[in-house]
Amino acid sequence: MIDREQVLHVARLARLELTDAEVERMARELSGILDHLERIVELDLDHVEPTSHVVALENVLRPDEPRPSLARERALAGAPDATDSGFRVPSPGAAAANGS
Amino acid sequence: MTTVTTTPTERAYEPVIGLEIHVQLRTQTKMFCGCALSFGDDPNTHTCPVCLGHPGTLPVPNAEAIHFALMIGLALECELAPRSIFHRKNYFYPDLPKGYQISQFDIPLWRSGRLGDVRVHRVHLEEDAAKLVHAGSSGRIHGAEASVVDFNRGGTPLVEIVTEPDLSSSEQAGEWLRLLRATLKRLGVSDVNMDEGSLRCDANVSIRPVGTATLGTKTELKNMNSFRFLERGIAAEVARQEELLRGGGEVEQETLHFDPRTGGLSALRSKEESHDYRYFPEPDLVPLAPTQAMIDRARTALPELPGARAQRLERELGLPGDVARLLAFRSELGDFYESALSADGATDPHTLASWVTVELVARLGDVDPAESPVAPEALAELVRLISARSVSGSAAKEVLDAMVADGGRPEAIVVERGLGLAGAGELDAVVDRAIEANPDAAEKVRAGTAKAMGAIVGAVMRETKGRADGGEVQRMVRERLGLG
Repeated sequence: MIDREQVLHVARLARLELTDAEVERMARELSGILDHLERIVELDLDHVEPTSHVVALENVLRPDEPRPSLARERALAGAPDATDSGFRVPSPGAAAANGS
Repeated sequence: MTTVTTTPTERAYEPVIGLEIHVQLRTQTKMFCGCALSFGDDPNTHTCPVCLGHPGTLPVPNAEAIHFALMIGLALECELAPRSIFHRKNYFYPDLPKGYQISQFDIPLWRSGRLGDVRVHRVHLEEDAAKLVHAGSSGRIHGAEASVVDFNRGGTPLVEIVTEPDLSSSEQAGEWLRLLRATLKRLGVSDVNMDEGSLRCDANVSIRPVGTATLGTKTELKNMNSFRFLERGIAAEVARQEELLRGGGEVEQETLHFDPRTGGLSALRSKEESHDYRYFPEPDLVPLAPTQAMIDRARTALPELPGARAQRLERELGLPGDVARLLAFRSELGDFYESALSADGATDPHTLASWVTVELVARLGDVDPAESPVAPEALAELVRLISARSVSGSAAKEVLDAMVADGGRPEAIVVERGLGLAGAGELDAVVDRAIEANPDAAEKVRAGTAKAMGAIVGAVMRETKGRADGGEVQRMVRERLGLG
């Protein structure tokens, strides 16, 4: 069973702000997912390779050849805040004070 | 003040140190997109939707980065994972646009290797974060109001090398990192420049009572961007932990930032957050299963590595260990040395090694001798003139000065500047005059005070401007004083 504290911890790691009602709902839904996983664990899977990927492909690589990059103005165009040359962000020092 | 004696219990701790090294690979392009790598270019001029983390983009690994990572693992004698996968390491920081770093987790490319006497725990591939430029104050993270992100570096291919905790002093850690740096440089896979951040080293440090096998609580030291800082940082942390334990305290597991200006250590992030990365397999990248052809190509690309070269120079030429290591670790010196040696089979390997590692280095500093006017065969010729006693040591140094300045062949320089060794006929008269001019010294030498000889030999050297062979002059003086 996932409790309220665990939901809040995960929400904080994901930078999500939840209302009390959402916390209740998430606790219920996440618990449901874990219950389902516990049912899967009951299966005998000793001889099944862990499945990290569902496509049967390996070594999809690209040659080390440069391709054009974006013009800087275009790169910066979608930024909430920018200087002439870069993306402006709140100082992570301030965030660190909040424990990040 | 009474004298403080050190009791055995006061020195009863030993450091246990492991290193984590990040190596920027010297590919043309980034790890997962075709943006060119750059250092020092205008900010945000090498970005694209992939390395900016735009939704809907897909990463594709750089084949050359994987080739370099294979070379590194082979050089470190690691075991290859037949099939390794990439993971997402999730955390929020402004230098990470996707909210996760693509890295490797439980199945790294390589495991269980060794370099020198240190075991390598794992070697894996990942992408570098962008660079935060702190607007406002001192450039340190703390105190700045706003920051500006430069994504040129974001997505640079990185290889992370983690050692086992096999190091037991700050000096040993520095020495081993030098070996690793020389090895990576020889492989040609990275610029390995600590100033520019293409080689970065963190250290895990703990201490334990001497003779015990359990590991104490470790701290992680970050940001030591030079060999000197690495050694000073580790030494400071070992001292801090010892003081804590002696005072009855406990070491807390934390990440520390070494400040080279103060020599002090300060905590970086709170521990409860730092390891909650919620790794999961990167669904956008398929597994990496190096084929035999890829492995063969990496193996074929391996040059002779510095560790092996030092051993060979020591074994085959009988060079002293420290000289052999210097030639091997600065491979440009080793290349110059071996090129000179093969230019003239008669050149004495020891004398040549000393002229490369002492005299040439004193004149060239960090410059690659291949870039200097001195030709390897010319240095070999000079060493042969010295061995044949055709020039004195001090005249040879003057010849080398001329070669470093303008190039040229030593025999021609010797003739041009009249630096040839004074012949016996010329020396006879000079030695006679020197003895006459220093009767007190002559008397002392006769009475058995060998070091009084210096005044007479010095006089000969002054008169011949260093063109005399010191040993020969001493022999002549002794002969004249009836001691021969």
